[in-house]
This record gives sequence, C-alpha cells and structure tokens, in this order.
Amino acid sequence: MIEWVNAVVQGILLGGLYALFAAGLSLIFGVMRLVNIAHGDLIILAAYLGLTTTTMLGVHPFVALLIVVPAMAGIGYVIQRGLLNQTLGPDILPPLLVTFGLSVILQNALLEGYTADPQKLSGGVIETASVNVGGMALGVLPLLTFGIAVAVIAGLQWMFYSTALGRGFRAVSDNQDIAQLMGLNKAHVFGLAMALALAVTAIAGILLGIRTSFDPSIGGGRLIFGFEAVIIGGLGNLWGTLAGGVILGVAQTIGAKIDPGWQVLAGHIAFLVVLAVRPNGLFPRVSH
Amino acid sequence: MKNASTRRQVLGGLAATVAAPAILTSTRAYAANPTLKVGFVTPSTGPLAGFAEADDYILEGLRAHFAGGVENNGKTYDIEIIRKDSQSNPNRAAEVAAELILDDEVDIITAAATPDTTNPVADQAEINEVPCITTDAPWQPYFFGRNGNPAEGFEYTYHFFWGLEDVIANFTGLWNDSGVAKKVGGLFPNDADGNAWGHPELGLPAPLAAQGFELTDPGRFQPLNDDFSNYIAAFKDAGCEIITGVMIPPDFGTFWAQAAQQGFQPKVATIGKALLFPSAIAALGDRGVGLTTEIWWSPNHPFASSLTGTSAGELANGYTAATGRPWTQPIGFKHALFEVVSNVVSRAEDLDDPVAVAAAIKGTKMSTIVGDIDWSAGPVPNVSKTPLVSGQWQKAGDGVELVITNNKHAPQIPVGGDLQLLG
Repeated sequence: MIEWVNAVVQGILLGGLYALFAAGLSLIFGVMRLVNIAHGDLIILAAYLGLTTTTMLGVHPFVALLIVVPAMAGIGYVIQRGLLNQTLGPDILPPLLVTFGLSVILQNALLEGYTADPQKLSGGVIETASVNVGGMALGVLPLLTFGIAVAVIAGLQWMFYSTALGRGFRAVSDNQDIAQLMGLNKAHVFGLAMALALAVTAIAGILLGIRTSFDPSIGGGRLIFGFEAVIIGGLGNLWGTLAGGVILGVAQTIGAKIDPGWQVLAGHIAFLVVLAVRPNGLFPRVSH
Repeated sequence: MKNASTRRQVLGGLAATVAAPAILTSTRAYAANPTLKVGFVTPSTGPLAGFAEADDYILEGLRAHFAGGVENNGKTYDIEIIRKDSQSNPNRAAEVAAELILDDEVDIITAAATPDTTNPVADQAEINEVPCITTDAPWQPYFFGRNGNPAEGFEYTYHFFWGLEDVIANFTGLWNDSGVAKKVGGLFPNDADGNAWGHPELGLPAPLAAQGFELTDPGRFQPLNDDFSNYIAAFKDAGCEIITGVMIPPDFGTFWAQAAQQGFQPKVATIGKALLFPSAIAALGDRGVGLTTEIWWSPNHPFASSLTGTSAGELANGYTAATGRPWTQPIGFKHALFEVVSNVVSRAEDLDDPVAVAAAIKGTKMSTIVGDIDWSAGPVPNVSKTPLVSGQWQKAGDGVELVITNNKHAPQIPVGGDLQLLG
C-alpha cells in the first residue's frame, strides 16, 4: 500500500515540474491565443544561461536566477515586439509556424554554442537531501520544485486578477480592439505577457538543470509534457495547469509502478482520455 | 568602357570549368604514394563523448607513426584517417558512415564506442560492401543486435571486445568477494545495451539465477529518465544490497541522487558504461567513491603496442602528460583499432579489392596493446574477444583512481587492491 502512496506522492512532485514547464504556455495562450512551439527550447535556453552564469560567476544556480529571470524576460519582450506581434492576427497559423522556426533556430544555435555534450547545474547538498514523511523519503529538491510551482501559479493568478497589469492582460484577451480603444497598447501588453511567461520559463529551466542533465535537443520532449499539462487542465486556466501537471506526473509514476516501460506511455494515455471525455480540459477558462 | 562578356568568353570559361577536375585529378596521380583512406566514426560530442575524449591524442600519435606510410606488396601506402562525429546518435552514425563510404570513398571504415556507434556503421559497411573494423561495444549487442546468425556471420564487418559472459563472470566474482546478500537490483534502459544485458537468456538474468543471485528487474526505462522512484522502491522492497545495470552517466546521476534522497543505500554498486570515466566519477563528488565497474584496459595491463612498442603504462602516462587529464579505458582500444588496421593493410593481398581486405581482417592473428586479437578463435564469426577484469574507484590523494580488485577471469592481469564496501 505504502509503495502506491509513494508512487502517487512522487508523481505529484514530478507534476510540479511539469506545471512549471506549462505555466508560461498557459499564460500566453490565455492572453493572446498564441501556441508557442519554441517553449521547450526556451526552457533549455534558460538552463544554458544558468550554466553560463554559474560557471562565470561561480554562484549557486538559485543565485543565478537573479540574472537569468530578467534576461529571459528581456528576451521574451524583444521576441514578442520584434517578431511575434507581426504575425498575430485572426489566423492562428502564422504565429504557430514562426515559433516552430524559432524552435529549430534555437536548438541549432545552442548546438553550435554549447555542443551536444550533456551539462548539469550543480545544486550542492540540496540535490540529495531528503525529509522523512510517514515512512516515505521525499527529496528536498522535488519538494522545493513543487512549492515553487504552486507559488508561481499563485503569483500569476494574483497578478491576473488583482493588478492593473492583469486587468490589461484580461482586457486584450477578451477583446483586443476595444482594449485598444480604452487606451491599452496591445503590442506592449503582449510583450509584457511574453516577458512574464519567459521569466517563469527561466525558473523551470534552472530547476530542470539541477534535477537532471540537459543538452540542446531535449527541449521538444519537455514541450510535450507542458502542452499535455495545459490541455488536461483546460486552456488558459492557471490552477488547471497545475492540476494538469499533477495528473500527468501521477499517471507517469503509476504507469512506471506497473511497468517502467509504461512510464511515458501512461502519461500520454491519461492525456488522450481527458481529451476524449472533456475536449476543453478539466477546468476550461471561465468567461468573465 | 565595354565590359560585357562575349559568347566566346563565356563558352571558353565554361569549358575550362568543366575540364578543371580532369586536370586536377590527373595531377594527383603523380603523387609519390597511393593513399589509403580509413574512415573513423566516433561520438566526439553528446552523452557518449567520454568514450571519444582521447581520440585527438591517439590520432595525433598514429598520424605521426603513419607519416612514413605502410607497406603492402612492396608498395608504400599513405594512410589518411578521416574522422566523423556521430553526436552519440545512432541515426547520425549511420548518416556519417554513409558519407564516408559514398562521398569520401574510404577503403576501410572503423568505429568505436557502444553499439549505438558500432552497429549503424557496421550495417552501412555490410550493405555497401566496405571492410569494417569496430571495437568498444560488448559483442552480443553488436552481433545479435544486428541480427547476426552464428552459422553464417557477416562478410565485411569485424569486431573485437569482450562479451556479456565476461561481464557477468567479473561482476559475480566481485560480488562473491564482497560477501553481501545475494540480492541484486537491475537497471536496464530501453536501448541496445540495456536490452542485451537484461535479456532473459542471453543477458544477466539466467547466469545470475544459476549462481544463486536474486535479481530484481522492474523493466526497461527510457534513457534520460526523470524519475527512478519506482525502481528505488522495488529495490528497497526486495532488500537489494547490490545494484547493477548498464546506463549512460546522466541516468546514473539522476538515479544515484534520487537513491540518496530516498534513503536507499546499496553496499555494492557495479554499473557498466556510466562509471568508466574519471570525469563521470568526479561529477558525483564523494558519492562516486567506492563504485565498481568493469575494466577493459588499464595502465597495469601487461601488453604493448605492435606499432610503436609502447607499453600500456607508457601510452596512458603519455595521455596524462599531453592533456593533464587522467587516463581512460578507451585509450588502449582506440590505439589497438589502428594497430589492427595497419596490420591488415600490410597483409592484404589486394588493397583495391574489398573482399581481399575483408579476408585479411579475418586472418588477423596479432598481439596488441589490449591483448591478443584472432578472429578465428571468437565465440561467433566476426568477433574476437579481449580479456576483462573488474575493479573499484578508490580515493587516491585528492582524486579517485580505478583499482583492479578482481582478476579471476583474466589472471594474466595483476590485481591492484581489495574491494571496499559502500557507506
């Protein structure tokens, strides 16, 4: 019995990581109906920025967040204003294709710059530290990841519904033209949304880099888990994204409990079942 | 000023362009020696890059040695080694092997480092009928992984290394020495190595059971796995005191960190592939000390190069002196690979005939820096076996050092110390 409980708990913690992958995706889809195919590669870019910062300055990866988060936010704003805003329109296909191209460019640029060697961010003792809860040993790093995921989602939720910036996000999301008439600069608001999304991506990238090794090609695999978490939870719903990540993580560890070969498959099956039963996800965005 | 080209100028220029290659190739025929091209596919980058770390050092030494050419039937051949990076990816390995065969038109192709490199290259060579020599991958995944039939064998592709039976004999010898409970946890990924090692009859399970070891094998995981908690739970449940498997360093790193997080502490951890390199052990910090692994080659192996006469110790020390890095096991095998190439080139009846070259490979009988190579004495056709021992990473001064602790399977190689239990 306890091992099943353990599998579920480990899955929930893994779900925290997936929710972090997905939060940025969920945010930009909610605000501007943009599906960002390059999201996974942006996570890896953040991990590499973290690597560069830690090796150059000799600091802990968490300290590197102070540099990587603003850097990724800046990159996000520039990409949005310089590139993606030009493609946004009634048709959702052009931005999708542009981000697809961006993904290919990012992967190859990282391959050129950092080679295909796997890299890892060294987190020190935190990597192996654990706490004992009811006969289960829970790693401090996975717990911390989950805690950060909840904090990030809560922070985004608060920003969305309690600040002027969030009101702007919701306004352009509801009706872009009327928001423009009310004096909001749509291009700027979209830029800020992308900056915020990539700031979250920076956190996800650093945590991924401490947890496991990364190389330029693994972004695509992370994107799938992010997408599945968003869709299971319901598009544009932030708490739903967290729930989606947890469902995906638990499905994977339960699958692996039955047979380790089923780990990845079980996650995909859970996703397909949700799509079949509730095509809009479990908690589709409520209309305001 | 008139600057337009006339029709005649354009035609003349075109004719010169078309004719140029013909003139250029004919000048090459005047060169002193004919050139024999040897292709070499190796994972210079990617997760397997550790295997290829010493390539530069080995190739540099060999180029200096080959500068005088190699004699065949009274004619001296220059040897040109063309290296291509597989990026640790089997598809990429097949792609660069095809490039070497079709574009560079190599006469012999070689490859080293795990079945992910050797198998696709050997398959391309066999299809295109180019003689191929590979090493640095256990022979079962090489031979059976390519659907080899022991009754027929392959025509152009040859391999030298040890096999799973040697690993099993060494691992069980090591575990019997340790005196811990005979309960073993197995970590086998879903790749060529993992499926071969975990195979119920051809891999570890059957011989382990025969020797009274209880193996817990939860199943195959996808390489670059994020979560090993179910493996750890299963091993804890079964009371495993020994951990074994064949993994890439990132997966072992993830597993070993999670095992520590979840309070699982085996007494012996003997892992193939992941623990071969000092850099991989250094990345694990203190948790790398005491891990055990197979040893295919070391500076203490009592062998010498047939090309240069340098001993194993001299070759390893030369690498450390040239790069400032500790020796690694593939150094000897990379060197031996080109010992065989040179030997084959000198003996082949007709270097322009791939069949004759393949026949020369098959007839190889020589002593190299990794031991004797003789394709007539292999367990299956196309495979020649080299000796294998096992040992432990032990603290030596500031760093760690790989010490041979068990040589029962190859007594000609001396033991360097005793096995110490973990934690």
